Amino acid sequence: MAIPYSYSLRNLWTRRLTTALTAAGMAMVVFVFAAMQMLAAGLRATLVETGSYDNAVLIRKSSQTEVQSSIARAAAAIIEAQPEVAVGAGGERLVAKEIIVLINLLQRQGERPANVTIRGIGPASLALRPQVRVKVGRMPKPGSSEIAAGASIARRFRGAGIGERLRFAQRDWLVVGILDAGGSAFDSEVWGDGDQLKQAFHRTSTYSSVLLRLRDPARFDELKKRLEVDPRLELEAKRETRFYADQSEMMAKFLRVFGTVLASIFSFGAIIGAMITMYAAVANRVPEIGTLRALGFQRWSILAAFLLESAFLGLLGGVCGIFGAAFLQLATVSTMNWQTFSELAFRFDLTAAIAGKSLAFALGMGLAGGALPALRAARLGIVDALRTS
Amino acid sequence: MTEPPLIQVRGLSKSYRRGDQLIPVLQGIDLDIAGREFLALMGPSGSGKSTLLNLIAGIDRADTGSIRIAGAEITTLSDAELARWRATHVGFVFQFYNLIPVLSALENVELPLHLTSLSGRERRAHAEAVLRLVGLADRADHRPGQLSGGQQQRVAIARAIVTDPAVIVADEPTGDLDRVSAAEILDLMDGLVRDYGKTVVMVTHDPRAAERAHRVRHLDKGVMDDHP
Amino acid sequence: MIILKILLRNSLRHPLRSTLTVLAVAVAILSFGLLRTVIDAWYAGVQASSAARLVTRNSISLTMPLPLAYAPRIRQVEGVSRVSWGNWFGGIYQDEKNFFPSFAVEPYGYLDLYPEMVLADAELAAFRRERTACVVGRKTATRFGWKVGQTITLRGTIYPGDWPMTIRGIFRGRDKTADESPLMFHWDYLNEGIKRIWPGAADSVGWYLIGVKDPNRAAEVSAAVDGMFKNSLAETRTETEKAFNLGFISMTEAIITIIRLVSLAVIAIIMVVAANTMAMTARERMGEYATFKALGFDGFRIGILVWGESLTLTAAGGALGMALTFPAARYFESQLGQFFPVFLVSSTTLVLDLAAIVLVGFAASVVPTWRAARVNVVEGFRHLG
Repeated sequence: MAIPYSYSLRNLWTRRLTTALTAAGMAMVVFVFAAMQMLAAGLRATLVETGSYDNAVLIRKSSQTEVQSSIARAAAAIIEAQPEVAVGAGGERLVAKEIIVLINLLQRQGERPANVTIRGIGPASLALRPQVRVKVGRMPKPGSSEIAAGASIARRFRGAGIGERLRFAQRDWLVVGILDAGGSAFDSEVWGDGDQLKQAFHRTSTYSSVLLRLRDPARFDELKKRLEVDPRLELEAKRETRFYADQSEMMAKFLRVFGTVLASIFSFGAIIGAMITMYAAVANRVPEIGTLRALGFQRWSILAAFLLESAFLGLLGGVCGIFGAAFLQLATVSTMNWQTFSELAFRFDLTAAIAGKSLAFALGMGLAGGALPALRAARLGIVDALRTS
Repeated sequence: MTEPPLIQVRGLSKSYRRGDQLIPVLQGIDLDIAGREFLALMGPSGSGKSTLLNLIAGIDRADTGSIRIAGAEITTLSDAELARWRATHVGFVFQFYNLIPVLSALENVELPLHLTSLSGRERRAHAEAVLRLVGLADRADHRPGQLSGGQQQRVAIARAIVTDPAVIVADEPTGDLDRVSAAEILDLMDGLVRDYGKTVVMVTHDPRAAERAHRVRHLDKGVMDDHP
Repeated sequence: MIILKILLRNSLRHPLRSTLTVLAVAVAILSFGLLRTVIDAWYAGVQASSAARLVTRNSISLTMPLPLAYAPRIRQVEGVSRVSWGNWFGGIYQDEKNFFPSFAVEPYGYLDLYPEMVLADAELAAFRRERTACVVGRKTATRFGWKVGQTITLRGTIYPGDWPMTIRGIFRGRDKTADESPLMFHWDYLNEGIKRIWPGAADSVGWYLIGVKDPNRAAEVSAAVDGMFKNSLAETRTETEKAFNLGFISMTEAIITIIRLVSLAVIAIIMVVAANTMAMTARERMGEYATFKALGFDGFRIGILVWGESLTLTAAGGALGMALTFPAARYFESQLGQFFPVFLVSSTTLVLDLAAIVLVGFAASVVPTWRAARVNVVEGFRHLG
């Protein structure tokens, strides 16, 4: 015969203040845990959304990022001629040879400068990236000193709004369009005509990377093998999705590990809080427990009742923590990605998996805190318990 | 009797608030208690006898009326003044002893003396003397948890008299004791009155305890009986 | 004083509860201290910066080079004592995971401008003599078991290929705050290699390091250097080393802010746990507080009983937490040393620990203290029996 769960619930309600305080402690731990996981997930989501499975990116071997990479003209031409490259409606090859430059720009608010990615694009660049569209204005005209800014850059940086001008490489560049990249990394970039930018930065002989659409996505491996093996070329090929995922690797890992370590340490404090509460709960109800036992309830049902109480406590804390963390989704984080050395804006992403993990974590904390006290309650002798006044 | 009564209560009334109801507990009590008197207050549960005791002891405040003890009108004292007055004029004995569990018997007895200006040595001397009086000098270092009910109550009585107050109030002092211990306690209290000239006001529902008092008054529904 | 005696004994009354509370506070203070130390480590480079050194970079961004031809011109600027230069190399030793900073430097001026890097004279001379030589910080050398005279090979990420070099010196930092992780080799060695692969990119410098005669004139010298190259192909931006490092850190400001907020959260968590303990404890003792009141003790003294017990528990926990911070920091450093070359527990952190202890001890007991001090004697006795 089990003690009805309403017993556990009502006891929590009776000592409301204590219940609230204990749950609040656990809620905060869950909040921190969820927040860090959400940050890592948001970072990955941003970068994963950035790539297409159908596209392949080529950079110089062992360069890791576009900034460090350089591909000679001749090599770029060879890439363009590969058979796996898709061909567009008008017969043009869907290839974009691009250069990347990092520019130090000032933010609108506050004094901190940041490295922003400027991408010198080719005619197919926009078509190759279906997730990017022009939100306001238009794309820069080839041969002009016009640029289009990603939505995040336009919002955050001085001179990057529509109609404004950015000055670099001894030229003024007019912002003629704002790009909406659906929350991907391109929202944190500025695009301009590749040839113009190459001239401005005296990089006429090399590109940073080459992006191409695969005619048949399954044929990527052949392309990869052929290009990487050629010693003249010194290239590395990755699917675009994988390329961007790799770029978030270090930071996402740091956030995840840091967050988990932190939450584990904090959870100690919360578990101890739960333990104190449950020990006190048992101590205060000794005669009551004796009565229940005398009535015929067995030890395990006492154990279960107290475990249930601490589990409810944990769940309450977990739900509150997740609720609070959900509001973080309104915030945007903008910081330097260590791997690419450039500015990246991303959000907190609350996935079902994170919510589930957080609830499990909270439940775990509650049970861990309540285990020993529940054992103590279960092991009370009936007569001693009843004798206590 | 040419001496005015030590304790003079006139027109004392008190009500308690329960939710939004006002429940009258004492209604216009008049009472005189002489010095060196052992008075028992009896009455059914809810009669207000404990309330009357609390008011005389200065740990509760009346709604209306006056209480003069040794010439001082205690109803007009502020909280701080009342606390100071209590420390030296009243001794308490409770049903459940109310000793501080982390202090030894001697330290418990000494406690009220910390509110006076006596030195540490003087305090200790007083406390030891009084413990001897109640016959527990050999248990001075024991904590309440190590003493029986009767012994704890004796420590409580020692604490009650250590500042040499004129009045001792006792609320069901034998309520939690067996017959033998109860008799010892009552002997002690009787001795306090006869040998040391204290005034003891005791609330009890035990007729055997009331027998040991010199005078018994009855309270019912907040009203005193008619015997003088 | 009797109140103190009672207070201390009360703290020991519930050994289990007191121990748990002390542990919880210890964990919180430990976490707080570690987080702060992580933030300090982030800023370590700034701390080690000198006001007598300036860094000149391409005004577009650090990723754009400056011509080598600038060097003699910078030397001419008034107030400049020395000029040196360097390029970020970013080499990999065997595995990408073995990260440590590596750069190519002009071997004479650079090390002279860093007196905090202490190198034996013989080793310094050997390094300067040999073009394929390098010097490395003690930390990195120990990590890989490198010895002077050993030849190692770095794989280039920016400058492709394998770059073998011989260790001719291992330097250590003069102060605790110095970074002992970088590896430095000859700029000429790099330049020669670049000329072979990529002639167009040769004779390009990543940044110039400038020593100023008078640190108070740093701003003027910076302005003079930048003014000299305005409107040329590569415009410059010159600032003190400190400002340069701060600029770096501010780029990851968001992460630092998050860490700061988290460290506040941990204090909040523990405040809640401690408040819970004190509330429960005080509630159980209401009868005793009523007794004190009855005996004539005033509310203030009773309040001290509650507040004092709270403070005793948090102080004990805090002391434990503070003591544990040091070994924990050492462990952290052993695991994450490559990201944080300097990981020290600062005295500011300890002071803040103390402040947190007092704050928690106080805040946790505010309500119970108030309640106990104002206990109505009669009500209080109702709690008993």
